[in-house]
Amino acid sequence: MSDKNKWDDFYRASELRDADFTSISGNTLKPLYTKADSQALEGEAELGPPGEYPYTRGVHPSMYRGRLWTMRQFAGMGTPRQTNERYKFLLTKGQTGLSVAFDNPTLYGWDSDHALSAGEVGKTGVAVDTLADMELLFDGIPLDKVSTSMTINAPAAWIFTMFLANAEKRGIPFARLRGTLQNDILKEYIAQKEWIFPPEPHLRLITDLMAFSAERVPQWNTISISGYHIREAGSTAAQELAFTLADGFTYVERALKAGLKIDDFAPRLSFFFNAHLDFFEEIAKMRAARRIWARHMKERYGAKNPRSWLCRFHVQTAGCSLTAQQPEINIVRTALEALAGVLGGCQSLHTNSMDEALALPSEKAVEIALRTQQIIAFESGVANVIDPLGGSYYVEALTKDLENQAEHYFRRIEELGGVVRAIEQGFPQKEITRAAYEYQMALSRKRKTHVGVNNFVNEGEALEIPLIEIDETVERDQIRDLAAVKARRDNGAVHDRLRDLEKAAAGPGNLIPALLECSRLYATLGEISRSLTRVFGEYREQPFF
Amino acid sequence: MTDRPIKVIVAKPGLDGHDRGAKVVARALVEAGMEVVYLGLRQTPESIVNAALEEDADVVGLSILSGAHLTHFRRVKELMDEQGLGDRLLTGGGIIPTKDQETLNKLGVGRLFGPGDDLRTIVDYIRTWAAARSK
Repeated sequence: MSDKNKWDDFYRASELRDADFTSISGNTLKPLYTKADSQALEGEAELGPPGEYPYTRGVHPSMYRGRLWTMRQFAGMGTPRQTNERYKFLLTKGQTGLSVAFDNPTLYGWDSDHALSAGEVGKTGVAVDTLADMELLFDGIPLDKVSTSMTINAPAAWIFTMFLANAEKRGIPFARLRGTLQNDILKEYIAQKEWIFPPEPHLRLITDLMAFSAERVPQWNTISISGYHIREAGSTAAQELAFTLADGFTYVERALKAGLKIDDFAPRLSFFFNAHLDFFEEIAKMRAARRIWARHMKERYGAKNPRSWLCRFHVQTAGCSLTAQQPEINIVRTALEALAGVLGGCQSLHTNSMDEALALPSEKAVEIALRTQQIIAFESGVANVIDPLGGSYYVEALTKDLENQAEHYFRRIEELGGVVRAIEQGFPQKEITRAAYEYQMALSRKRKTHVGVNNFVNEGEALEIPLIEIDETVERDQIRDLAAVKARRDNGAVHDRLRDLEKAAAGPGNLIPALLECSRLYATLGEISRSLTRVFGEYREQPFF
Repeated sequence: MTDRPIKVIVAKPGLDGHDRGAKVVARALVEAGMEVVYLGLRQTPESIVNAALEEDADVVGLSILSGAHLTHFRRVKELMDEQGLGDRLLTGGGIIPTKDQETLNKLGVGRLFGPGDDLRTIVDYIRTWAAARSK
């Protein structure tokens, strides 16, 4: 009798805790993983060395010995001036990249003085209406040295041209700009819900931007294909993995259809994943993402340049795992999640602040969040060795299992006619809502635990940490500044360029040059949105739950 | 009390796209035997109150995670009162600081729920309110 069989008998004879041993996503887990679970996975075809196909163990041969991940805290609040101060604060504390959070009106492509922007200006991010705001936002920040990520999707193309116009004014060549535009509209329809037009015109703008940047802004990541928001909307790990990569395949297919060559644009595609609470499942998800992407890019789309095969990604710890209750313990959750992101091989990382279930982060809270990354990088020793969990029976088996689950979803999406058709039929949305409801019910029934919420509750607890508030003067000041910009710009020229843009939108050409023209002249975000909407129309969602 | 189920309008006013909570609560209310009309995203106070009138809803539930809760709850409450829906329950949830919850409670807005509140607490609250109303 082998040791395994002996163990099996002992295990069966043991008394077990009355607990749910599935993963947070509901995946069934064995009590023990052995060589038998991962035997088939140890070959070069599945693993290979880091920096080599299929990249399961990492995208670089040297990983964090060569370069640590970029410590990039997502930040934006109130006016561009206030946000600029926060960026400078973060940079002095050792942050190594910037990440812009825009407010809701900006995310929808509306100006601060739009009737429906009332009450929302500067509340959950920074308000940007024109190039003038871009100038204030990055004032004194060396854009040729610090990389900048911008979380913007529906109006991504014209926020980017405002960014470019600002670099131009400051004499920074486009070729030296480094950064990332989120620019991922498909996950907006699936999860985040910030769109302007129907899918087709948005997809055209994305392809236009890829083509323009390949030529003019070669170091810029033109898209960050995002699972983060899909996960925050309640998906499982496998759904996050599958829907994100399926979105990625769709962007590739659109660009190919528009006549772009795969190795011209694919190296600038980047990804963004969530790091949730289930430690090993998250690490396996990130390792699986690299392997799946490499395989599809090489084998399905015929990419030849190894850089086209790389799934490079940013990670943010899970906002939805944070609790308003006992907010200080969020520091610990975030540390565990961030560690999963690092062990999963991320290229950049945002750690949430303890107060983010309650408000935008205070300086103190964001400093602790950044320090958490610094402890992982410089104290814990985990960055010394590449893919330290590679070869773990459990992690390798889980990586394979998530890959299989993702492939299963790819087939279902294919059967529905692709991602856009699947979204129209509400397929990913319904899958996510079902998963969210099941998790919430598991919490209600106490089959899953959220400390401080459904167990270990402090009755009648009082909030003991300071919160920041965005006061009403922000909206007033922003609207006043916008009016001043409109009064001093050349309104005749703005009008003409907007008309040119509208004409260009009705034709087949690349829209980025026309958007850049408008941005240079301080056309507002909302003016550009309106010009394009006249041609492209608006998207209306069919609500369901 | 009539036999008809408690009718609830669930809506997301303003620009906030976080609809996970609204959908999960909507589903829990349906499972609890209530009738739910989910209006979806980007609703205005006017569209919400119009729907409440047309549907003759007992309860209006708003979900707001964008920080614009004072603006939206206030306006919906005003319109409900103007339209003769002052006896209906206006409740909801999101990221709403205690101080703001108190401000809204004083204006006649019902209990507001936050992340981590048990779905059954929300169901019980609406049932209790409806039972008290029909007495």
